[in-house]
Amino acid sequence: MIQFENIIKRFRRHQVLKGINLTIERGHRVALVGSNGAGKTTLIRCLLGEYICEGRVLVDNMDPRHNRRKVLSKVGFVPQLPPPLRMPVGQLIRFSASLCDTDPKRMVAVAGQLGFDAEHFHNQPFVKLSGGQKQKMLIAIALGRESELLVMDEPAANLDPEARHIFFNLLAEKKDRAAMLISSHRLDEVASLVNRVVEMDQGEIVLDDRVADLVDLSSRLYCSIRLIQPEDAFAKAVGEWGFSGSEGGLVWEGYIAGPDRLRFLGLLSRYAALLSGMEIVEAEEKESSVNVG
Amino acid sequence: MKYLWLAAYTDIIESLRARWFMVYAMVFGGLIVILFAFGLAESRIMGFTGLSRLLITYIQLSMAMLPIFVLITTVRSVAGDREAGVFEYLLSLPITLSAWFWGRVFGRFFVVFLPVFLAMIGATVWGMAKGADVPWQLLIYYTGLLMALAWCFLGIGMLISTLARSADVAQGAAFVVWLTLLLFLDLILLGVLIQEHLPPETAVAIALANPMQVFRTATMMLFDPQLVLLGPTAYVILDNFGQMGYITYALLYPIALGTTCAGLGYLYFKRSDLP
Repeated sequence: MIQFENIIKRFRRHQVLKGINLTIERGHRVALVGSNGAGKTTLIRCLLGEYICEGRVLVDNMDPRHNRRKVLSKVGFVPQLPPPLRMPVGQLIRFSASLCDTDPKRMVAVAGQLGFDAEHFHNQPFVKLSGGQKQKMLIAIALGRESELLVMDEPAANLDPEARHIFFNLLAEKKDRAAMLISSHRLDEVASLVNRVVEMDQGEIVLDDRVADLVDLSSRLYCSIRLIQPEDAFAKAVGEWGFSGSEGGLVWEGYIAGPDRLRFLGLLSRYAALLSGMEIVEAEEKESSVNVG
Repeated sequence: MKYLWLAAYTDIIESLRARWFMVYAMVFGGLIVILFAFGLAESRIMGFTGLSRLLITYIQLSMAMLPIFVLITTVRSVAGDREAGVFEYLLSLPITLSAWFWGRVFGRFFVVFLPVFLAMIGATVWGMAKGADVPWQLLIYYTGLLMALAWCFLGIGMLISTLARSADVAQGAAFVVWLTLLLFLDLILLGVLIQEHLPPETAVAIALANPMQVFRTATMMLFDPQLVLLGPTAYVILDNFGQMGYITYALLYPIALGTTCAGLGYLYFKRSDLP
């Protein structure tokens, strides 16, 4: 679906991309990782036809620069930093939906699934929304249409755990029909979303590896944690994940999205000394055991 | 075409909510209020009184203010949007570059011309309410001239915005352009140039090429048909063009210059990095 053929990009004398060759097919969910200045954003901008570069970028055999309408109508893009648009939310949805030849209600519906009531904020300038609301809005615009290629820069960074779970579900619906390119500074942020990892360093691809695709994007895990003593900081941290406590704050229970397990374990690692017991099981498994009981 | 108007409409919505637009609208609206407040409509100069007098003063002030306002607001907002990541996001949506660029030009033209025009209409309505005669011919003529001037500097602003990679550089360049054109006004530099024995044809050519001078001469023409208030080149211009000829030139030349600049800006925009 996507071919980068010997892509070189220079800014004056500085070579930012040094002959990138990469092919991405439908069904590939690629984590594009690397430190600041590795060339991830530049590569994405070349893919979107926003930068002129040497070599060839092809999306379904079309140059995105010369076939903007055809190529970009397949692309859903979520930038890392939301643009400071002053237009109201309603206008942004209408504008995007008209350009993408889709029904604005689809975008509103996706925003609603993510927990953002776009109708309520219809007249609110986009720039005045909170970070999480902006992110949900941009994801809704990217997913509320027939996109076959999703290009996302740290898309779930500002989302709450519930919205993250729904976001992963939405990605799961598209995973066989679409290619995904998810950019991040850190692999652990996106590891469980992808089945391929491309690492960039100083304008070159230094790693291109397939990874085990065992995590179901739409899965959910039941988690029960027992502490040796109650702790306010821990309560606050897991409270943000929607966990509820019992036995005076000694036992905590809740659900986490399957692809979020690494992120959640990262959180728990900060409180490792407090843990006295823990259970993580597939949510369906837990529910059936409860039903049998 | 649908996408062009969509881009224009979006730019208008964005601009109407911007702070620069508030300041811009307040300056031109406030100008009219001040002119009325100081009783300019009641004063008389060279046979002109009432609304005609007020409009002439307004148009003279507009000549000094409109170009710099249009230039600075255009380059600040366009180059600023690019820096802030607005281009990166909106140009990832499936819109052609021509629809995007020209949509912005038309949208921006509407936004920069609207306050100037509304201020003039407001003055007319106010004058009518006070029982003054409305100089319709002058009003239509000045509206045309203001449109041409706004379009011209909008085109120049769009060209600067596409060439400069940062808002600060764009703003500096816009200021230099405005200052250069201001220095080449008839009364200031052309007089000196002629005194220094510059060929008269060159002085006249400079006067004809400078859109601010063209606007100035054209606005003064009805007020002062012999152009005695203006500098030396105005005589030559009037002799060669005639009144109607010059009026036509004054309306068409700035539009052509603005369109050429915007066109060059578009060609560069199409061939360069977008964000």
